[in-house]
Amino acid sequence: MKQKLMGLNGDEAAAYATKQVDPDVVAAYPITPQTIIVERFSEYVADGLVHSEFVAVESEHSALSSCIGAAAAGARAYTATAANGLALMWEMTYIASGVRLPIVMSVANRALSAPLNIHNDHSDSMGARDSGWIQIYCENSQEVYDAHVEAWRIAEHEDVLLPVMICFDGYTISHTMENVMTLPDEDVKGFVGKRKFIKVQGHLGEAELRLDPGCPISMGPVDLQDFYFEHKVHQMDAMEKALKVIPAVDEEYGVLSGRKYGHVNPYRMDDADVAILGLGSVMGTAREVVNELRTEGVKAGMVKLRTFRPFPTDDLIKAIGDVPALGVIEKDLSFGAAGGPLYEDVRAVFYDAGSKPLIANYAHGLGGRDTSMAMIRGIYEDLLKIKKKGRVEKTMNYVGLRE
Amino acid sequence: MSEKKGWKSLDKGAVAYKSSRDYETGDWGVAQPKFNHEKCTKCTLCHFYCPEGAIRVREDGYTEVDLRYCKGCGVCAEECPVKCIEMVAKR
Repeated sequence: MKQKLMGLNGDEAAAYATKQVDPDVVAAYPITPQTIIVERFSEYVADGLVHSEFVAVESEHSALSSCIGAAAAGARAYTATAANGLALMWEMTYIASGVRLPIVMSVANRALSAPLNIHNDHSDSMGARDSGWIQIYCENSQEVYDAHVEAWRIAEHEDVLLPVMICFDGYTISHTMENVMTLPDEDVKGFVGKRKFIKVQGHLGEAELRLDPGCPISMGPVDLQDFYFEHKVHQMDAMEKALKVIPAVDEEYGVLSGRKYGHVNPYRMDDADVAILGLGSVMGTAREVVNELRTEGVKAGMVKLRTFRPFPTDDLIKAIGDVPALGVIEKDLSFGAAGGPLYEDVRAVFYDAGSKPLIANYAHGLGGRDTSMAMIRGIYEDLLKIKKKGRVEKTMNYVGLRE
Repeated sequence: MSEKKGWKSLDKGAVAYKSSRDYETGDWGVAQPKFNHEKCTKCTLCHFYCPEGAIRVREDGYTEVDLRYCKGCGVCAEECPVKCIEMVAKR
């Protein structure tokens, strides 16, 4: 396989992969730090490099609504957003998932207002974690590119049929140029193939799950006490099946590209005394800190979580293993909760696990505040103290906060 | 709706597998109109006021209710100028 090395930032990597996929409809509204995706894709449309119908909508609510209409009609539909744009889409995120539309959306993660902030944290996509979208978090531009090729196969898989959100850190990834290996167009096209449709029983008999005037069906009509519950459990079931589909697609992509990721990515965990678990770009920094600590004789490890929804419980428990102390780091807060959303999920899955680490929560990087190597080192130092004491005295910790 | 499928046999996508024509909203109601043809002047206002379109005009000029869709709201009885419609309990 001859791959081309390109210099792309995360937004460009998302746009370039999507250009190669050439979806039928792209409806998007520019918002910092996702804007470059919309700009690049508009250029591809203007230059005739894609056949996509580009819908210049007046809001993010309309962007996702357009994608829902297009995907319901059988099109491949793509959109991209960030922060308050995703918040404005909120109503439609549940509808896209509820009617089982395999839309792919890029989220260049950005802090939610107020106060107004354009920089990175995960408060936007974490707010959508219960909306029934698969969420994949990327560490760098290469992962952004790869995820944008894989996502269609996951979303459209007959066992899944759920929309996919590809999350990557605003500015840190979206605006940072990196080396990205790209596949030839025909290989991307061959990998994603054509969208297929399952058969369903409509009111006129069997029909494909798409809006076709020749064979009409009603999608997502009023669904009260008698059926709503069953349809919601369908989404739970689809998420569970996605736990198997995502690695299978990843494996196949690995054969094609030489790159695969898995749900979780453990690093130097075999004999680790202390480890941190987290999402996104900060895990690249953490890897460097692990390497430094290892040269100093500290048995440090880390686990990068790539798939957040569905939550890969078994893979995660296996990756964390029997490490005595674990720090869950996350760029979000859940006001009034026991901890951040990632921390709560991790704690919950270990409740029934045989051995469980001491777990502490570290909120960091809110509003784009830099999480330095020294700060991550501080987390490991704290975890070493927790391991020594044998208990967690302070579960909620703020990293890099001025007192 | 007749038989109800469980989530395992129900098709994905929340697609209606029965036509809305088969969804008889009349069973929501607790009351139904009873017409007194001795007082009725065949004005047909009940037919026009019915929000569900469940009251039709017969060939003989009197009106009758389609109980499959009558929700028992009582607008017809309220609006009848000669008070020939009485709301009575369904079944």
